[in-house]
Amino acid sequence: MPPEENNIASSSAILGVSVELGEALLQVDPARIVEVCREHREQGFNRLSGVSVIDRYPAEPRFEVFYLLHSVQKNERIKLKASLRSDAPEIDSVCGVWSGADWYEREAFDLFGVRFRNHPDLRRIMMPDDWQGHPLRRDFPTHGHRYSYQDE
Amino acid sequence: MNENELLSTAATMEEQSEPHAGTTRRMTLNMGPQHPSTHGVLRIILDLDGETILAARPDIGFLHTGIEKQAEALTYQQVVTLTDRMDYLSNLANNLAYCLSVEKLLQLEIPARAQWMRVMLTEISRINSHLVWLGTHCLDLGAMSMFFYCFREREDILRIFEYFSGQRLMTSYIRVGGLALEPPRGWERVVGDFMKQLPAKIDQYEGLLTENPIFMQRTQGVGYLPVERLLDLGVTGPMIRAAGVNWDIRKAEPYSSYEKFDFKVPVQQAGDVYARFRVRMDEMRESSKIVEQCLAGMPEGPIRADAPKVVLPDREKMKTQMEALIYHFKIVTEGFRVPAGEAYVPVESPRGELLFYVVSDGTSKPLRVFMRTPSYGNLQALSELFHGRLISDSIATLGSMDFVLGDVDR
Repeated sequence: MPPEENNIASSSAILGVSVELGEALLQVDPARIVEVCREHREQGFNRLSGVSVIDRYPAEPRFEVFYLLHSVQKNERIKLKASLRSDAPEIDSVCGVWSGADWYEREAFDLFGVRFRNHPDLRRIMMPDDWQGHPLRRDFPTHGHRYSYQDE
Repeated sequence: MNENELLSTAATMEEQSEPHAGTTRRMTLNMGPQHPSTHGVLRIILDLDGETILAARPDIGFLHTGIEKQAEALTYQQVVTLTDRMDYLSNLANNLAYCLSVEKLLQLEIPARAQWMRVMLTEISRINSHLVWLGTHCLDLGAMSMFFYCFREREDILRIFEYFSGQRLMTSYIRVGGLALEPPRGWERVVGDFMKQLPAKIDQYEGLLTENPIFMQRTQGVGYLPVERLLDLGVTGPMIRAAGVNWDIRKAEPYSSYEKFDFKVPVQQAGDVYARFRVRMDEMRESSKIVEQCLAGMPEGPIRADAPKVVLPDREKMKTQMEALIYHFKIVTEGFRVPAGEAYVPVESPRGELLFYVVSDGTSKPLRVFMRTPSYGNLQALSELFHGRLISDSIATLGSMDFVLGDVDR
């Protein structure tokens, strides 16, 4: 959906628009993500399919948080993306817009260490509570043990 | 004792009986992770007031195997084997969703025969998944024999999968670029024989359950949530079709030539456990119709795309042509390269919307594979579905949600 058809009030928060392989993508200013999401919800995107993160390590901005939006009535899909730098991987939670964002943001926090501000219950969801590190980061090893069993 | 005193005594008595932790009235109960009705390792912490659930907090992650992390360490074709292991009841749908996303990035054209074969096998696996759901759901509700009936038919389906791929469960039969193997000789007979007896079997199940007063009492009006709430929480698939939303990705965004098939999308309005039962039963009938259409009109032709850089060459060509040998070596040793980009194709799995968000950086291994699994979204509604209901109804509700914990935790 090109922005001129879109005519949303928060268009200044949209940094770029592209269509790749038939999938529309809006690059959003991370500071205004909730505003943009709310407007999309009002425009009929009543479902949030998922939220997750791409880790572009070692490039900067390192984290790309993406939101897959879907409208059942209009049968349309759109992607939103917000880039975060590795020194401040924080973004506002969109739980207030779609309740379904809850677990997806918790998972992104758990596996990537991206903090979602104002999330109602930001805890680890997959890994044990005392786990150190965020496994889906590109600099987290795929194999290996943290513990040494030699002294036992 | 005057009236005021009486009132104040009553108030103190009320205060004393005010439920708090440790009294017999209110308690916190741990259900799972090994409870038989949770269908896997799901732990639910229940706050109970007698039989009423005041709050339910699901605790997941017991089956977290890091499939998304592992996918980044494997080549694109190898990841197919991981997708089998997420939702182990509908592995072909997982294979298909992943392959469609990678094929979108590669911009591959899949031959008609492979597309139809994919449709046929995913529909058989939908029947398989719904049979397991029906059997276990009824077992939870106390209908023991349904479990045996359903698993009897499921056994036939697993034999079909074995016949095609050599594997009963982890088929990995759908590959990037087409299918793993040429369908075995006589597959029409094997699938046809099964399809001939299936409608009568579904009639039998419906005869046992649909009008059964005990079953209806256990399921009608149970596990209801308004449809807007379900959509907001990310619930998809039969659960929202049972609440009146006519949305099926096979119809809305057809993939793998689903637009060529004639089938209906079963919808119910009640939104309770019984409606979900009706939707899934009707879906089995519709799926068997699709399989019949596949049997009748299966196109001829190759089963793999014409893409020498992606698809392994035939054995014969490899031994006679230099290029084929080189491509074979390159694909086997380092895997095929996928152009940089991001793509996803939503698929209607037996449980709902399934999609793989594949991110490529131009190498032969994915940079990121995000798996949006239907069970994860559906399970989010658990707290609200349980809130204020009876503990015995929670078992029926849990069964009707039809999640697979491997699919939730990945």
